This record gives sequence, structure tokens and C-alpha cells, in this order.
Amino acid sequence: MPLLEVEDLAKHFPVRRGLFTRALGGPERVVRAVDGVSFAIEPGETLGLVGESGCGKTTTGRLVLRAIEPSRGRIVFDGEDVTALSASHLLPFRRKAQIVFQDPYTSLNPRMTVGKIVGEPMRVHQIAADAEVPARVRALLDTVGLRPEHAQRYPHELSGGQRQRVGIARALAVGPRLIVADEAVSALDVSVRAQILNLFVDLRDRLGLAYLFVSHDLGVIRFVSHRVAVMYLGALVEVAPAARVFERPLHPYTQALIASIPTVGDGRASIFDEPARLLQGELPSPIDLPRGCRFASRCPHRFDRCTETEPRLEAAEPGHAVACFLYDRGSGERLAGQTRATLNHEGGAS
Amino acid sequence: MADPVLAVRDLVVEFVSDDGVARAVDEVSFTVGRGEIVGLVGESGAGKTLTSEAILGLIRCPPGRVSGEVRFRGQNLLGADERALALIRGKDIAMIFQNPGASLNPVMRIGRQLTEAMAIHLAEARHRLRRRAVDVLTKVGIPSAAARVRDYPHQFSGGMAQRVMIGMGISCVPSLLIADEPTTALDVTIQAQVLALIRQLAREMGMAVLLVSHDLGIVSQMCHRVIVMYAGRIVEQAPVATLFHAPAHPYTRALIACLPGRDGEGRLGAIPGMMPGLKAMPTGCRFHPRCDKAEPRCATEEPKLRQVGADQIAACHLAKSDG
Repeated sequence: MPLLEVEDLAKHFPVRRGLFTRALGGPERVVRAVDGVSFAIEPGETLGLVGESGCGKTTTGRLVLRAIEPSRGRIVFDGEDVTALSASHLLPFRRKAQIVFQDPYTSLNPRMTVGKIVGEPMRVHQIAADAEVPARVRALLDTVGLRPEHAQRYPHELSGGQRQRVGIARALAVGPRLIVADEAVSALDVSVRAQILNLFVDLRDRLGLAYLFVSHDLGVIRFVSHRVAVMYLGALVEVAPAARVFERPLHPYTQALIASIPTVGDGRASIFDEPARLLQGELPSPIDLPRGCRFASRCPHRFDRCTETEPRLEAAEPGHAVACFLYDRGSGERLAGQTRATLNHEGGAS
Repeated sequence: MADPVLAVRDLVVEFVSDDGVARAVDEVSFTVGRGEIVGLVGESGAGKTLTSEAILGLIRCPPGRVSGEVRFRGQNLLGADERALALIRGKDIAMIFQNPGASLNPVMRIGRQLTEAMAIHLAEARHRLRRRAVDVLTKVGIPSAAARVRDYPHQFSGGMAQRVMIGMGISCVPSLLIADEPTTALDVTIQAQVLALIRQLAREMGMAVLLVSHDLGIVSQMCHRVIVMYAGRIVEQAPVATLFHAPAHPYTRALIACLPGRDGEGRLGAIPGMMPGLKAMPTGCRFHPRCDKAEPRCATEEPKLRQVGADQIAACHLAKSDG
């Protein structure tokens, strides 16, 4: 049984209209930040959620934790439907699902010592007697690679990496089974980022944690994830095991995304000298989405059907789902083969 | 080889306070040639941004103190007065920064901002400048440029605003572009478009580029030559292929090992500890407390930059000498 199962999850934010538009009775408009997303995470599994800014990945992370209320959809955690639980009934769920934020500088209370920050969730959830808390805090600090004396420090006395370790210790304080890591290493320097990524992986292996790892950084996603979900304008366009996504991406958006990553090369050729391979155009506004495929406006393989109906996320191969008409039925597979050939050809020739 | 466009020699940036003098950039020397893209990499606190600011004369003195030599086409900018500098900055030397939104005037139309910069440096009639503004925006890939010159900055996305900044930078045909983390605020597909544009301009206009970045991937794809800085000093400098295939300094090697690799397997080679602060610089080699190869002399003797390969210099006692 999956630890977390999300079905058709959506969050639509109303666009605030000015007095004038309201008086004129213009239509109600909404931003479809998350627009019908479904996925599952097994115990101990890491699902990487990747996409560009504004694609809805952070909102998805918050929805999963019921930090914001979904407009539609269902969240099942450990066999229990938590979508409609009232605030008081949510407490047991909050113990099992925690979050680590991006910015270790603003997500810690500057007036609390590290010991208090990490100890507070234990008190709130009444999982340790007051007398036991300091010992538990020390044990947690040790788990995340901090020393006992750090308990007396304030956040401003710590480096970025140390602060992120405190954020992780705080999340671990209640003994969760799922952690949503929202751009948890994005604010850190390269060498420190590597330390924290290693810590995430160690903790997963030691404590059997599952992660929803939200990041815009494909290198990070590839390193931590077992499976990867690629998001574009509020919808998932591809979900597959990490190695498959990176070695044989099917969706044209995923292909373009991977082609855009500047990985360390041999210094002879540059991906930036082949503009033909790079994606043109920009993310359209999530208000008033066009009909059809969300990616159609930027897609190099667009055909008529793409601007008429929206492709659904369906398995193109076992364990590899993609929302693209190129892979529709048997004929799609052939077409897809051609597309890949074309892409490779373009990549090599220009 | 022809004279370099930019030649920096023994550049030192210090900050004077009641606690004493803190040296943030320590005897940095390098050159950038015509059409060449040179990367200045390091983690935060390495001194790379201060180096680029010192080149542009943007460091407030006091409390800052800048010494050494910054020769731009032969002229020493460090000795130049503010008026002479203002004539060079924006015309012969363009600069773009991390946050494009914050670098544009929010209450002035884009076209006006472009022509204003050009009017200062070019003696041309207003209507011709307006035409030029449209040309420049077209060149940096802004669709329907003739209409967009009438827009305000908030009507541009991050990627488009950065294109405007580049457009503004190149409008006077500069011979040097200093780009400090130009794409850090942008998404990866937009970043690729902006970087491709800089590559193209370097190639087509022979523009020299100093690219300041913390991202080794970007540097490896963009630059011809790379300078690695650590705690205010250059620790290694080499052509891009050499640097990534045969790094000579342990810090460079460790930094490359920190990158999530292609296979996505195993552990990352994290560097223990963190970059030292200005007030607590280690003696000897500044990297030795974090270095897994450190020997006793590394803690006492400061390694000098020396030749360790063809075109490759490094500051490490353990690096093999060339020949």
C-alpha cells in the first residue's frame, strides 16, 4: 500500500479583481496553480517533483500536507483519507508528515534557541515529557550532524548549512514517515549542498523516510529521487523512474528541460552554441489556460490535435507515464521513435 | 597574442573597520582577451563579486580600500577619476547583475531607458536612437520589439527583463561584458536562452566576457578559461577542458566531486566544514583545514600560484610542477 496517494488534486486561486471589473461584472478568473494532479509515494520512496517556477510544485507540496486547502481532489495517507479532516483531527497526520523549507534563514524563529526550535514540536504533539526533551533534542542534533552545544545557539549564530540541519532536526522531532522537502538545498553553496543532500539520503536509509522532494534543480532531483514527476503549468506531464526520465525522456518538455541543463562537459562543445536544441518561448500565464495541451505553445512537435484536446497522463511503457499525444496507442510509439530520431539528428547536426 | 581587453594585476580589496583590516580579495591577477569568456567561480565568500565590483570601480572607499592594477585596453581604471570611469562604464564596459527586475527603473518605459543610456555615450539624434533601441531589443530576441519599447519593466518576465539588461549593455557595442550571476534568478530553459545569447555576442562581436558564477555546469559550458577563487585568493586557473579533466588544486577537485553526477548513484563528495570568514583566515593555505590531502607544511607555508601544466596555474604545495 502506498504511504501517500493523491488523486486529482487541484488548487485554483481566484484572481483579485479591481473595483471596476467587479462593478462591470466581468467573469470570475482563476489561476490554476495545481490542476488535477495524481501520484503515489511508497514507504521509504523518494519522489522528485521537478519543474520551473510557477509550475505549481511548491503548491503541490503544501496541498499534500494540508497546509493549504485543495479546491478539489483526495489525499490518502497511510490508508486514511485526510482530505476532509478537521484541524483538531489533523494532529496525528501532522506527526507523520513534515516539511523542510527552502530558506533556512527565514524558516527558523530568530528569538528561539536551536534547542527550543527542535524541542517545540515534541511538546506540541506531546510525544515526550518535558524532562525528556533535552536528551531527545541532543540525540536529534547528533542525527543531523550538529553538536550538543548547538542547542544553546540562536539561528543567526549558525551557517546556512547548519540552519538547514536544524530545519531537518525539527521535522524529524515528531518521528514522521514522510517529509516534503521544498527546495531544501537550493539556498546552499555547492559544497554545503552536497553535505545536506548526503544527510537526506542517510536519513532516508536509516529511518525509512519517504520524501516528496520538490526542486527546480535537475541535478539534485536525479541524485535523490527513485522516481521523478515532471510538472508543467499545474499538471504532471511525465512520471517515471529517475534513470528513465534522464536517459530516455518521452515528453517534449522533459526532453527540452534536460537538454537545457548545463552539466559539466568536456569543454570542447557548448550546449549554448546550439540554440536549435533549446526551448523557445516562455511559460504562458496560468490564468486562462489555452485549450489542449499546456505545452503546445512551445512544443516543437505540435500537431492539430494538441491544440484541441488535452492529453491525459497515461502509461506509455510499464512504470513510465506521459501526457503527450505522440505516445497515444500503437501509432504513437512509432511517431515517438521518429521524434527522438529527429531530435537526436538536430542535436548532432547543428 | 594580442593585448588583452582586461588585465587585472595584484588586485587587493580590503575593508577597514575598528577591528582592523580585513582583506577580502588578495592579490588577484588575470586577463580576458578579445572574444574570450573567462569564468570566475567560487562559493559565497570567495571574493568573486568583490573582484568584479572592484574592476568596475563600484566599491565604496572608505570603508573599502582597493589597490593593484585594472587595465582596460591599456588604461588603468583604478587611477581614473569618476568622470572618466562613468564614460567607460556602460559604453565600453557593460555589466549585468543577478536580479534584472531590480536593475531597471520601474516607472520609465523600456525604450526610454535604453535611449537614455545611449544618449549619454553616443552623439546621435533622438529618433535614430529610438530606432537603435528597437534594433537592440530585436537582437537580444525580444518578440515584437517595436511595440515592446513602450512597455514598462513590470510587463516583462524575468528572462525578458534580463534580455533587456543585456540589450542595454550591448547597445553601445562594449568590448567587455561583466556578468555577475546573470541567470541565477532565471528558470533553466530561460537561463539557457540568455546564456546562448551571451555566447553568440562574444563570438559575433568579439566581446570579452567575465562571467562570475557559482555554477560549475554553466562555467563548463560557457567559458574558455576558468579561474577558481577560494577565501579571496585565486587557487587555480586553467583552460576549461583542463580544469574539469585534470584539476590540479584539491579544492577544484572537491568542488567538482560535489556535483550530483550523471549516474545519480552513491554519495556526493561533500567538503567538510565551510569557507573561513574574513576575520578568521587560516594560516598557510587557506583551504588546508578542509583539505583531505593537507600536510603539516600546508598549515604554515602559504602556497604561491605557480605553473603546474600547459596554461595551468595552481596554488598548492602538492600539485606537480610542470617540467
